[in-house]
Parts: sequence; structure tokens; C-alpha cells
Amino acid sequence: MTPHVILRVVSKFLIPLIAMFAFYVQFHGDFGPGGGFQAGVILAASVILYALIFGLAEAKKAIPPSWVRIGMTLGVLLYGGTGVMTWLLGGEFLNYGVFSPEHPSHGQHWGILLVELGVLLAVASVMVAIFYAFGSRQPDLTEEDW
Amino acid sequence: MDILSAYPSWPITHGAALLVVLPLLLGAIVSILPREKMAWAITLIVSLILTVTAFGLVLTIFGGETQLYKLGGWDPPHGISFVIDGLNTPVLFLISAMALLCTIYGLPSVAAEVEPKKRAPFYAAFLIGVAGLLGMVVTGDAFNVFVFLEVSSISTYVLVAMGASRDRRALKAAYNYLILGSIGATFFVIGLGFLYMETGTLNMADIGRILADLDGGSRVAMVAFGFITVGLGLKLAMFPLHMWLPGAYAHAPSFVTVFLASTATKAALYLMLRFTFTIFDPSFDYVMAVIMYVLTGVGVAAMLLGSLQAIFQTDARRTLAFSSIAQVGYMLLGVGIATAAGLSAGYLHLLNHAVIKGCLFFALGAFWYRYGITRCEDFNGLGKMMPWTMGAFTIGGLSLIGVPATAGFVSKLNLVIAAMERGWGWAVIIIMVTSILALVYIGRLLLAAYFQSPPEINGEVVVRNEAPLMMLIPMWFLALLSIAIGINADLVSEAARNAASVLLGGGV
Repeated sequence: MTPHVILRVVSKFLIPLIAMFAFYVQFHGDFGPGGGFQAGVILAASVILYALIFGLAEAKKAIPPSWVRIGMTLGVLLYGGTGVMTWLLGGEFLNYGVFSPEHPSHGQHWGILLVELGVLLAVASVMVAIFYAFGSRQPDLTEEDW
Repeated sequence: MDILSAYPSWPITHGAALLVVLPLLLGAIVSILPREKMAWAITLIVSLILTVTAFGLVLTIFGGETQLYKLGGWDPPHGISFVIDGLNTPVLFLISAMALLCTIYGLPSVAAEVEPKKRAPFYAAFLIGVAGLLGMVVTGDAFNVFVFLEVSSISTYVLVAMGASRDRRALKAAYNYLILGSIGATFFVIGLGFLYMETGTLNMADIGRILADLDGGSRVAMVAFGFITVGLGLKLAMFPLHMWLPGAYAHAPSFVTVFLASTATKAALYLMLRFTFTIFDPSFDYVMAVIMYVLTGVGVAAMLLGSLQAIFQTDARRTLAFSSIAQVGYMLLGVGIATAAGLSAGYLHLLNHAVIKGCLFFALGAFWYRYGITRCEDFNGLGKMMPWTMGAFTIGGLSLIGVPATAGFVSKLNLVIAAMERGWGWAVIIIMVTSILALVYIGRLLLAAYFQSPPEINGEVVVRNEAPLMMLIPMWFLALLSIAIGINADLVSEAARNAASVLLGGGV
């Protein structure tokens, strides 16, 4: 029997729910409180919970650190790229109205959706990266040397 | 305006945002690149595009046009606006051009000073730092200033700490800078909070208008002004708040030292001017009191004590770092005079000092690159060992002292004239005294370099070993530029006069 069996079973059940709640918060940002930053933190929390229960090595197998680095960059590029798209369509930077010239409000809607996805990706990756960075540190002295 | 007509119209109309977006996005891409050469090439191309764009914007300013770029198409005061006017555009060009020169210099220098696997992230941090500096200069929104200030500061802490593979003390210097820089940013944002409480807006032009209507506002606005002055003072190394600067300059990689010395404090000084003169206004009693007694006072103290401390340093980079603190004092004295002549002299010195210090720190980096030298006593015989590098150092040094036909002379002369017009004879005397002190600390290095013989190692005289061409080009470009400004300063003087008229005309 592995230790912490209750924790393991319960967290296996909870982690998908936490991740799903993250996306609920993400898309609820359209109508009320919520949005990319909060959702990113919640999504990262599900990964961190996994790392706490099953160990850092397992978590790094599930979400490799190289993905995390790419995720950070992709998030920024998705946000910035939306702005570059608005430039290419002839508007000001991040003027989402140009996505749909007949109905600027629809364009605003699509633009903010893309930008918030970028925020989600960047925030979740950065949170996980910070956790990995601190979690992977080896102590300067081993327990016995104390 | 012939050159301007050769520009396509898009980089001019969207240039304000391009200056920030391009390095920010490319910085993100560079951070995941595996190869340092690729990272360097992208950095070079980006800084070249930035320089060309900023030059185009400078030309529009000389043509008498200002711009208000509405981010996302939202009108100010609700949306964030970027501003291109006579005050910030020369600083934008300065930052972009220094980024370009540093990148050219960086190919040999970074390879020698930073660990191999950290070189691509080094360039990423550099690009993001450039984006932050350009952003805090270009933006017309006060809170945006804070965001970009943090972007540039955090990447600068990283860049300073990257010096650790050469000199472990870089870690302590970076930590010191991190703590003091964060305190500065905190003070700044507390001040913004109070300002928002007083005016209910964050748009700079709008704050300025509302404060003028309120005739300076209540005590809340006074407190805001105090916090903002102290916060920015920390960032620009205003005299008693300069403790982070010598360590950061002395232990960072040479590339970073040059870039910090010629842009970071300058951008913060620009913000100080912007806040003191166009958002707040010298016509408010409390602002005038701060200009008259605080800025002038610390400026003069910085000139005297900074120069004195520079004389007693044993490390050449620390000598120049303390000299930078003294030079910030000159700029603050110009601000303290607060006439059109004084402000334009201070602004002129801001531009000239960036050129001069850039040249000097480039040369110091080259000395380290070839011989591992940073201490003053190791300068013996450098005139024979690296004649070209020492030549650039000499021109920069003479310019720092203020020898005629150099950039330093032009700005000191303007400062003296402005002080005389204001009737501040004592200021003229202090400028003379500190110039003599500069002669002492620069002269000490020059004497050792030219009149001492090269050292002998194991009985053999150290042979001549000139710096690589990639280092000499940016160094000599700045050295010759400083002479060119000394001979004909029309262009920079006009830029400085434009800036002063923006400051005194009110409005953004």
C-alpha cells in the first residue's frame, strides 16, 4: 500500500474538477467576475496539487518544464499577436473592432476572447514554472549534515 | 525633411506602439531560442528597426508635429494613449540607438562575460528591458508608467545578476538594486494612488488639467508629489538615494553597465521632468519649493560629494559610477534653475552625458575583455597596450571634464550661462570646482595610461593587444559623436530647446 491513499484518491477526483473550474472562470469573464488571470492561477493550482500529492518528478513527467517555457512564450505571443493582427487589418494596436468592421462590438468580443486565452496560458505557465523552480532546488546541506 | 519623406507612413503613424511591442514580443521569442548567435542576430535587427523608427519620429518632431496614439482605438482619458512630443522623442531615440550600439558591442563582450547557456536568456531580458524603458518614456498614462517601470527594472535586476559568472559580487549588487528599486517603485505607485484619489484619472494630460483647475489641489496632491519625487529619485540615483548605483555599475556585465548608465537613469530623469513640470506645475507653491530647495540642493550635493567620492575609488568602474551620480547632479541643477535656459541645459546634459558615459564604459569593458583590468592602478601603460581604446577613453574623459570642442563643454557652458542669467553666481563656482574634481579623477587614469610603462609579467613586457573591431566601432562612434556635438551642437540644442518649451508650455 502506498502512503496517503485517501489523499491520492480524493485529489485524483478533484484535479479534473479544479481544471474544469478554471475554464468556467475563464469564460465566465465575459459576463461577470473572472478572466484569464484568475483562471490561469486556478489551472496552475491543479498542476501544483498534483505535484504535491504525487511528487515533483511525476508532475514533471505529466507537464514537462520545456512545455511550460513554451507555454509562457505562446501566451505572450497570442496576446501580442492579436495586436499585430489588428495592425495588419489596418487598425490601431489592439483595436479589436477591426476584426468585424460591420459589427465592431463582435470584433471586440473575439479580440478579448483571444487575449484572455493568451493571459490564461501565460499565467498558468508562469505559476507552474515558479513552482518547479522553487521545488527543484536542492538544499545546500543534507538533513544529516545538520 | 527629405529623409522623412523616404519613410513609409505606417512606421510613423504606428511608431509609438511599435517601439514597445516589437522588443516585447521578440524578447518572448528570443527567450526560448536555443542558440545564442540567433538570439544576438534578432536583437540586432530589432534594435536596428527601433533606431530607424525612433529617428523617423525625431524628424516629425523637428517638423513641428506631435502625435497622440490611442491604444485599441479608445479615446483618452479612458483609454491608454502613447504620446510623441518634443520632450520624450529624443529620449526614445537615445534609448533605441544605445540599444543598437550595445548589441553590436555585445557579440564579443557577452560571449566573454556571461555563461553559455544564459546568453540567449540574456538577450531576451535585454529586449524586454528595452521595451520597458521605451514604454515608460512613450506612454501618456501615469499608471502605465509604473507598469513599464517594473518591466524594465525587473529585467535590469536579472541583467545585473548575470554578471555573476565573472564576478560573484554581481549577485549582491543585483539584490541591493532589487530591494532599493522595489522601494522606489512602491513609493512611485503610492504617489500615483494619492494622485488618483485627488483627480480621479490616470491620464497625464487629464491629471495636469484637473490639478491646474484645483490650483494645485489639496494636501493629498502634495503628498502624492512627495512620494513620486522620492520614488523617481531612487530610480534616477538622486544624491542620497544613489546607494544601489555604484555596485550595480561596477559588477554588472560591461554591456549592461553601458546600457544602464546611458539609458535607465535618463529615462527616470525624463519622468521626473514630466511629472514636475507638465503634470504638476511649478506655479504650485509646493512644487516650486521642491524644485528650488530639494532638487537644487541634492543636485549640488551630488555634484560635490559624487565627484569627491569618485576621486577616492580604487576601481575604475566605481570611479565612473560615482561620476555618474555627480553628472545627475548637473542635470538636477539645470532643472532647479527652472528657466527655459536652465531646463534646456539640463536636458542637453542628459543627452550628452549618455553619449560620454557610454563611450567611457565601452572602453572600460574593452580593457576588461583584453586584460581583465578594472582597478585604477592597473591602467599603467594602457596607452601603449590598447592605443585605440585608450584614445576613445581619452576623448570621453576630456568630454566629461568639459574641455572645449567636446559635448561636455557645450552642456556645461549652457548650464553656466543659465545660472548666470538666473543670478546664481555660486552655482557657477560649484560647476567650476566639480569640473576640476573631474579633471582629478579622469586625469589620474589618463596619467597612468600614458606616462607609466606597461607592467612586466615574468620579466616580459605585456604586449599590445587591441580590442576587437566589434567593440571599437560603437566606442569610436560615440567618441566622434561627442566631438561632433562639441563642434556643432545645433541639432541637440534644438532638441533640448523643444523639450524645454514643452516643459514650460504646459500640457502634454
